[in-house]
Amino acid sequence: MKKSILALFSVSVLLSTIATFSQAEEVATLRDNTSISDQKTAKKMPNVSNTDIKQKRNYPMQPPIIPHKVRNYQTNLKVNKCMSCHSRNRTDESQAPMVSVTHYMDRDGNFLAEVSPRRYFCSQCHVPQLETDPLVENTFVDMNTLMKEKAKKAKAEQE
Amino acid sequence: MKLNRREFIKANAIAVAATAAGVAIPATASNLITSSDMTKLKWDKAPCRFCGTGCSVNVGTMDGKIVATHGDINSPVNKGLNCIKGYFLSKIMYGKDRLTKPLLRMKDGKFDKNGDFTPISWDQAFDIMAEKAKATLKEKGPEGVGMFGSGQWTVQEGYAAVKLMKAGFRSNNIDPNARHCMASAVGGFMRTFGIDEPMGCYDDFEAADAFVLWGSNMAEMHPILWTRITDRRLSAPHVKVAVLSTFEHRSFDLADNGMIFTPQTDLAILNFIAHYIIKTGRVNKDFVNKHTNFRLGNTDIGYGLRPEHPLEKKAKNNGSTAGGSQPIDFDEYAKFVSTYTAEYTSELSGVPVDKLNALAELYADPKIKVTSLWTMGFNQHTRGVWANNLVYNIHLLTGKISTPGNSPFSLTGQPSACGTAREVGTFSHRLPADMVVKNPKHRAIAEKIWKLPEGTIPAKPGYHAVLQTRKLKDGELNFYWVQCNNNMQAGANINEEGLPGYRNPKNFIVVSDPYPTVTAQAADLILPTAMWVEKEGVYGNAERRTQSWYQQVNAPEGAFSDMWQVVEFSKRFQIEEVWPEELLAKMPEHRGKSMYSVLFENGTVNEFPLSEVPDDRLNQESRDFGFYIQKGLFEEYAAFGRGHAHDLAPYDRYHKERGLRWPVVDGKETLWRFKEGSDPYVKPGSDYDFYGKPDGKAVIFALPYEPAAEFPDAEYDLWLSTGRVLEHWHSGSMTQRVPELYKAMPDALVYMNPDDAKKRGFRRGDLVKLISRRGEVETRVETRGRNKPPRGLVFMPWFDASRLVNKLTLDATDPLSKETDFKKCAIKIVKA
Repeated sequence: MKKSILALFSVSVLLSTIATFSQAEEVATLRDNTSISDQKTAKKMPNVSNTDIKQKRNYPMQPPIIPHKVRNYQTNLKVNKCMSCHSRNRTDESQAPMVSVTHYMDRDGNFLAEVSPRRYFCSQCHVPQLETDPLVENTFVDMNTLMKEKAKKAKAEQE
Repeated sequence: MKLNRREFIKANAIAVAATAAGVAIPATASNLITSSDMTKLKWDKAPCRFCGTGCSVNVGTMDGKIVATHGDINSPVNKGLNCIKGYFLSKIMYGKDRLTKPLLRMKDGKFDKNGDFTPISWDQAFDIMAEKAKATLKEKGPEGVGMFGSGQWTVQEGYAAVKLMKAGFRSNNIDPNARHCMASAVGGFMRTFGIDEPMGCYDDFEAADAFVLWGSNMAEMHPILWTRITDRRLSAPHVKVAVLSTFEHRSFDLADNGMIFTPQTDLAILNFIAHYIIKTGRVNKDFVNKHTNFRLGNTDIGYGLRPEHPLEKKAKNNGSTAGGSQPIDFDEYAKFVSTYTAEYTSELSGVPVDKLNALAELYADPKIKVTSLWTMGFNQHTRGVWANNLVYNIHLLTGKISTPGNSPFSLTGQPSACGTAREVGTFSHRLPADMVVKNPKHRAIAEKIWKLPEGTIPAKPGYHAVLQTRKLKDGELNFYWVQCNNNMQAGANINEEGLPGYRNPKNFIVVSDPYPTVTAQAADLILPTAMWVEKEGVYGNAERRTQSWYQQVNAPEGAFSDMWQVVEFSKRFQIEEVWPEELLAKMPEHRGKSMYSVLFENGTVNEFPLSEVPDDRLNQESRDFGFYIQKGLFEEYAAFGRGHAHDLAPYDRYHKERGLRWPVVDGKETLWRFKEGSDPYVKPGSDYDFYGKPDGKAVIFALPYEPAAEFPDAEYDLWLSTGRVLEHWHSGSMTQRVPELYKAMPDALVYMNPDDAKKRGFRRGDLVKLISRRGEVETRVETRGRNKPPRGLVFMPWFDASRLVNKLTLDATDPLSKETDFKKCAIKIVKA
């Protein structure tokens, strides 16, 4: 199973390789077939996705992305706007997810009575998403997919 | 397809029931897999692939693929945290366009400079490379070949490349992209202290009472160090943070004293602080008398442009005298800085007098432990070495140095700018452990360790980064190998220098990269390259911490590491083809050997057998070469620094530690250098010993404010500053391929003051053209983003391969460090 997936993958890479590199300028994927001395018209600024729909995480430790606009949200010496919904004390009113328990831990792993200041600037790990399509596909495989494949294989071997 | 929670549960219940009604299978009977042989992840440590902070990351693999990464709780650097980039490391290797075959520009089955990229075998790739290198060596000699490497190379990769170039090809034309990043910091350290890299360490962050950011936006560029500063500032309310920049950015969110200054006037502000300390009688006289000297530096040193540029013709000291200085005494120094009064400095810089005084007081007050931090704001500066010297001045005048919390701290941009570029010495003028090619004793030491005849290493420094580009354009550098960087996107003035250089028909350009970058697009041959945990390696971070990692997954079939490529390529040369007869005659035992054999089968690099590689480890390179090559390269390299204040621990120990800060003496790391009690190299009884200098004293330099190379005028009426962003690593070749990071920050916009936009009739989102004397680029206007420039200055980041801001920048460099100023040039903006 694994081998055939790998084989499929490398064949597809190979095919795209041959197809893509027929012209010298086409090689730099992120430049969309444009010579270095040239430039495509810059696309319009995309809107921020504001659906409030949670996105599946790629793995359990991934910081969740922000499914809403954060324009004019202040986080500075005076105020942390994010915590007005996501702090433990506010989630009953806001129905927003509470910040993870890890956020209450200091550098040495002790739980504090309030969110640790080392987690104060939310935007260092959490970002909203703009309504735009990735330029290049990413072939990262979810561990869940790998587990299911293994389970399926185990089942096939049993039969 | 939007379901509310109840509808979702209902729909899901039907699906679960359907599964349950089928044949019962243990592993899938439940919607949760629980069997441990299915759910088990293999975890291992690795330093993060991105910035110079050097966070340790736990990497989770399953079935030969990376499936998760998270911050390593056992690492003293990051204690379980990562930034948004670090959290998405799992996906950087899986962009669909990973390169797996060498690609050569060909027409009619043959290499053609104007041909199309065509897949070839590795054998064919090395054939054409060797053919081109040999032809160049024959025609131009060693000066015709060059290599451009990286502060993202592993220690072993950089070390192998230095040997290939300096000993094999006998060319000093090797330089890293760290030249664009850290060279001014190196220059500052060498000039003030005589030894490179910070005296302090990250432990300073939990001990300081005040932090001063000089042009650095740590909130975005060193996010995890910023969490440590935030933690300190918010948990200890007496702590103060001052932030200086040419525009307002995210780090200002934590600032007690935020200051916007006119570009280049940081030099004046630094001198003002020195003057303030003297004027208010707060010089630490005991420290200054015992541990410092004063010198007056030469001025009017030019701007590192081509010699025919009018600015260079005008400059008095732009040649070998640029770094010159003469001794002065304290009074002469005091008189020199007395020009920089608060009023004069305020007028020059635009920073109000009360803010300047508050800033100076943080340094002057003997009770405040102060840490200064800087990166590209100081380093990418035509007076970058001066800026570094000047910040050390104020720490030395007050004796606030080398003790917990008192720390002038030069932050590093890249993960191994310290470990590889600086410590290994992959610069055109350097050798390992702070040694230089022009010193005959240093060359002799290197030749002895490398077991090579005397005279192998050329004495003349090679072409530095910017000079390499110019020599390519001029057709003098004809065989050029670029590894682990994206200089066609990152280098300044690509229209006038970079692109014409790469495309010059006289030159053959090889680019090694995991992905098809802009630089690859400009190349003649592209080599598919393994990355990060697809190989074993060592990185050295900004606090002198050396960290290693094992190979954890295989690279895509056909991709090989930079080190493998360098070592394998050396097999293509007989030593007679690269060395002259008189050199060979000094060591006739090398006759008939390959360059590979002379450099890498020398008894040291190949000393450690494969049996030392743990059986459960992949290690493609060692298994290919037949010996533990990473260990051999590391141990040979470590011989340069052991006993010379650059001591590294035995290689195997790094696999067990979350890094160790050198010098590692008697098995113990060193946290604060130059201070008795914490640095074993300090002479007993001296208290402080700046042992990089023969007299043990650091130098306080008198250096003035001098204007920038280019500044706004009536036509080009705006300053342009370029820089990085939180979500992308450098040119974005890895992070733009991670969908979540791409969608967080897809395009490089121009950040403008709303008044400047209004004056030109622009609205947010308008398509505009940025024009400098060198080129133009189109993008959209952002007037309310995270960066808030003052009137007269705009900021545009350089991560975007489709909008190349370096078409605009000027290749003016610091004449001392040869580092380009990416922060200051003049542009105009019109509607596109």
